[in-house]
Amino acid sequence: MPSLKDLKVRINSVKSTQKITKAMKMVAASKLRRAQDAAEAARPYAERMEKVLTGLGVAVKDQPGASPLLVGTGKDDVELVIVATSERGLCGGFNTNIVKAARVHLRAQIAAGKTVKVLCIGKKGYNVLRREFKDKIIDVKDMSAVKRLGFGDAQPIATEVLAMFERGEFDVATLFYAKFQSALVQITTKQQLIPAPMPEAANENEGSDDLGGAVYEYEPDEAAILEDLLPRNVAVQLYRGLLENAASEQGARMTAMDNATRNAGDMIDSLSITYNRTRQANITKELIEIISGAEAL
Amino acid sequence: MTDTLHYEIVSPERLLKDAEAAMIVVPGVEGDFAALPDHAPMMSTIRPGVVEIFETEGATPDRLFVKGGLAQISPSGLTILAEETIALDSVDTGELNQKIADTREDIDDAKDDVERARLEKELAWMVALSDVVAG
Repeated sequence: MPSLKDLKVRINSVKSTQKITKAMKMVAASKLRRAQDAAEAARPYAERMEKVLTGLGVAVKDQPGASPLLVGTGKDDVELVIVATSERGLCGGFNTNIVKAARVHLRAQIAAGKTVKVLCIGKKGYNVLRREFKDKIIDVKDMSAVKRLGFGDAQPIATEVLAMFERGEFDVATLFYAKFQSALVQITTKQQLIPAPMPEAANENEGSDDLGGAVYEYEPDEAAILEDLLPRNVAVQLYRGLLENAASEQGARMTAMDNATRNAGDMIDSLSITYNRTRQANITKELIEIISGAEAL
Repeated sequence: MTDTLHYEIVSPERLLKDAEAAMIVVPGVEGDFAALPDHAPMMSTIRPGVVEIFETEGATPDRLFVKGGLAQISPSGLTILAEETIALDSVDTGELNQKIADTREDIDDAKDDVERARLEKELAWMVALSDVVAG
C-alpha cells in the first residue's frame, strides 16, 4: 500500500504530464491547420501539372526516344525507395505505419532478387530502418531545421534523385508517405515517382479531353516540353508527398496527444479515489486508536 | 469576343494570381509572346524572364520575374505554371551579383556534366534577373 505522500507525488506528476500533453495537442492543432492550408494551396499546381502531363504523355509515350523518366529504363532491377517520416516522435502510429509499409515492400523486393536502395527523409524512419537495412540506406535527409516546408526544401532532394537516375544508379523510384485524410485518418501511401505513372486506360482521345478538347500548338514541340516538365514533376510530386506527410504528422500527433490527455485524466481520477480512501482509512485508524486508548483507562 | 483574358499564375506552393487582364506578355523559350483574349490554344515552356501583365490596354504593366515554367493558353484562359516568381523590387543587386560570381566559380569546379548542367541552369536565371533589374 503506497503511502499518502507517494500518492500525492504521483498525482502531481500525472497532472504535469497532462499539462504537457494538452499543450502539445494544442500546438499540433494549430500546426495542423497551417500544414493543411499549405497542402491545399499546393494542390492547384500539382493538378494542372498532372493534366498537362497526362495529355502530353499519352501522345508521346509510344514514340521512340521518349524520356526514360516517362517510359522507364526498360528494367526494374534497382529500386530507390524514398521513405518520408517525421523528425519528431510522440505522434502515435504515424512513423510506425510508414516504416511498416516500407519494410514489407523492401522485404518483398529483396526476396524477389531485386536490389534496393533506401533514401530516408526524416530521422525517425531512419532510426528504425537502419536496424534491418543498414547497408541499403544511401542517405538520410535531415529536415529538422525546416520550420515551414517550402518548395525550396523539396527541390534539392528531387535534384539529387534525378542526378542519381541520370547516372543510372536506379531504375524505379518509389515514395512512401502518409496521405492526409483527417486528423484521425492518415493513409500510408506508396507512390511511384520514376517513371512517371500514366493512367493505363487513358487513350489519346481522353488525353486531349483533359486539355479542353482543343488542338494545341506546342512551342517547342511536345517532346521538348515533356523533357522539361518531367523532372519538374518529380520535384512537385515529392513536395506534395512531403506536405501531405507534414499534415498527417500533425494530425496523428494531435490525436495521440488527445488520447494521452484523456488517459491522464482517467489516471488522476482513479489515483484521487485511492488517495481519498487511504486518507479516510488513516483517520479511522487513528480514531480507533484514540477510542480504544480511552476505553482502556 | 470577351475583352479580358482570364489568367492564373500558379507556383508549387500556392495559387499566386487568379484574375483578368487585357494582355499578358510571356517570355517563351522561342521568344516573347503576348497573350490576348481568344488566343489560339498553345503551350510553351518559359525561359527565365519577366511576365508583363497589362490589366487594361495601355496601362503600365505589372512586372513579375519568373524562373521558368510552362504557359498554357486554353479557351478558358492563360495558365502559367511558374517554378518560382520574384518580385522585381525585392531584388538586392549586390547579393545577386555575388551569387552570380559564386555560381560561375562553381561551374568551373563542377565534377561532372550533370552537376555542370544544373549550375548552368541556375546561372541562366540569375543573369536574366540581373539584366532585367539593370534595365
